[in-house]
Amino acid sequence: MNSLYYQKRLSRNIGDKFFTSLSVICALIAILPLIFLVTYILYKGGSQITPELFTLEPNPPGDDLDAGGINPALIGTLIITTIASIIAIPVGVGGGIYLAEYSKGGAFSRFIRFGVNVLAGVPSIIAGVFIYALIVSTKILFGSMYSGLAGGMALSILMLPTVIKTTDEGLKLVPNELRYASLGVGASMYTTILKVTLPSAFRSIATGVVLGIARAAGETAPLIFTALFSYYYITGFGDLFYEMGSLAVLIYNFALEPYDAQNKLAWAASFILVLTILSVNIFSRILAAFTEKTKRV
Amino acid sequence: MEEKLTLFKNRKRFGIEKNIDIIFKNTALVLSSFVAIILLGIILVVFFQSFESFSRYGLKFLVTSEWNPVKDEYGAFTAIYGTLVTSFLSLLITIPLGVGTAIFITEDFVPKVVREIIGSFVELLAAIPSVVLGLWAIFVMEPFFRAFFVFLHNFFGWIPLFSTEPTGRNSLLAILILVVMLLPIVTAIARDSLNQVPKKLRNAAYGIGASRWKTIFSVILPAALSGIMAGVLLALGRAMGETMAVTMIIGNSNAFSWSLLSPGYTISSMLANQFGEADGSQVSSLFYAAFVLMILSLVVNIFAQWLVKKFSLKY
Repeated sequence: MNSLYYQKRLSRNIGDKFFTSLSVICALIAILPLIFLVTYILYKGGSQITPELFTLEPNPPGDDLDAGGINPALIGTLIITTIASIIAIPVGVGGGIYLAEYSKGGAFSRFIRFGVNVLAGVPSIIAGVFIYALIVSTKILFGSMYSGLAGGMALSILMLPTVIKTTDEGLKLVPNELRYASLGVGASMYTTILKVTLPSAFRSIATGVVLGIARAAGETAPLIFTALFSYYYITGFGDLFYEMGSLAVLIYNFALEPYDAQNKLAWAASFILVLTILSVNIFSRILAAFTEKTKRV
Repeated sequence: MEEKLTLFKNRKRFGIEKNIDIIFKNTALVLSSFVAIILLGIILVVFFQSFESFSRYGLKFLVTSEWNPVKDEYGAFTAIYGTLVTSFLSLLITIPLGVGTAIFITEDFVPKVVREIIGSFVELLAAIPSVVLGLWAIFVMEPFFRAFFVFLHNFFGWIPLFSTEPTGRNSLLAILILVVMLLPIVTAIARDSLNQVPKKLRNAAYGIGASRWKTIFSVILPAALSGIMAGVLLALGRAMGETMAVTMIIGNSNAFSWSLLSPGYTISSMLANQFGEADGSQVSSLFYAAFVLMILSLVVNIFAQWLVKKFSLKY
């Protein structure tokens, strides 16, 4: 009769308790750094935010107490990620369309899908090394060496696998009935893709692409010897062909400076970067959860 | 009737529409092959740029640790050793933590809402740029752990791994920040593969009287093992290529030392540090190091993909 009740001292129950608490400890250790990190960045960086931060140039490191602002880096990050998106999104969406809509699972598409996964695993600094060898050291872009354009190209290499993958997977989720219906009423393949399948997969593709852009905005390694860094305002189109600052490289450079003023600027830049990236992530998560609930097909 | 049929047969698409269709398909085909072109381009470019150094040093480059631009002598052993040690040791810490967290998220110890919040919290950690982690490591983690490192050195200094006096940035800090970076990857993939294990396996184990953890250890973890292994390998590839956070905290010294408490080097941090200012045969040697890094991460990645394909769940 007694054996029907839960017995605390049984070795299996003690063991279970032990491992359960172990996994709770693991989870705690996993979350703690995030909580520390985010609160510290928000606290430390948030206290540096002033209106001048967004309008001034950073002062060159030195003993002067005023570090200036991060305007060029902020604009630079926007420009470089825009260039990367302009290159990676058309190529990636086009490639994803081919994989999802045209390929029939043959050797070519298997090779491309494999290549996408391999490219996604290439260390980000290798993308920088590649663009350095191809563009910076050859001065192929109208004789300019380090430039925002080269930095954007390096970033686009990192974005490309993400864009292809999300397009491929987003299109594969579109039910085949929609394609049959469209082809059945006489639409050609490209009309079907552009008017039927792409629009119905638009939200999932857009979410993936936006997350990819957010990730690229924080990448530093491909930029440190392609776009380099600049202290000066970006004034015109021609500046694309010169060194260009970015938030990520600013954080890297100024974190290693021995001066307090520069370090503070790095914290402020981190605040802006982390806040942007986290809000994009959280927003897309909410959007995805919302779509799942209201999905009709 | 006859007339109607011929009419039907002659109905064709407008030539222009047909052409657009073909052009569209071929454009997509070309765009998708860009991936292969870029990948091959990267491998070829890095290989040919490293050719000068490769023909000069051969495989000796991998085992000598002299890196002297003045004497024009290059060997990448310190960096390669640093890359391997930091990535493997950080993985060793991450695997139990990550899998433990994944089990916590997939079991029902706490209500589902709490588990989902923890899960998305850990995933958000993956979105934080590594340069920000590096900044945090320099100004928060290093002072926080300093006393602990002194303690390690004082009590375990007889072990070669802790034999140097801790002075600021060192390899152990790089390992710890790598743990923070790898944890979300391992946790997310382990959670996904644990979730994919069919419910009936769990029910069957409970049905014959296995306790919760007996079920986890003998049924669920083995079933999810291939997915977890693949996640671990992906994390390993990531750890070897990780640049910014490691560069900022590892101390960047090419002097070889067994000790984790001394400044070290990894291939990627060497590239990040020296590429901008290098010239002459140093550039070629850096490309050689980059080539080694690329081969390492390619091998790990391809092996991970093979593993997924070979051992994916067959329930």
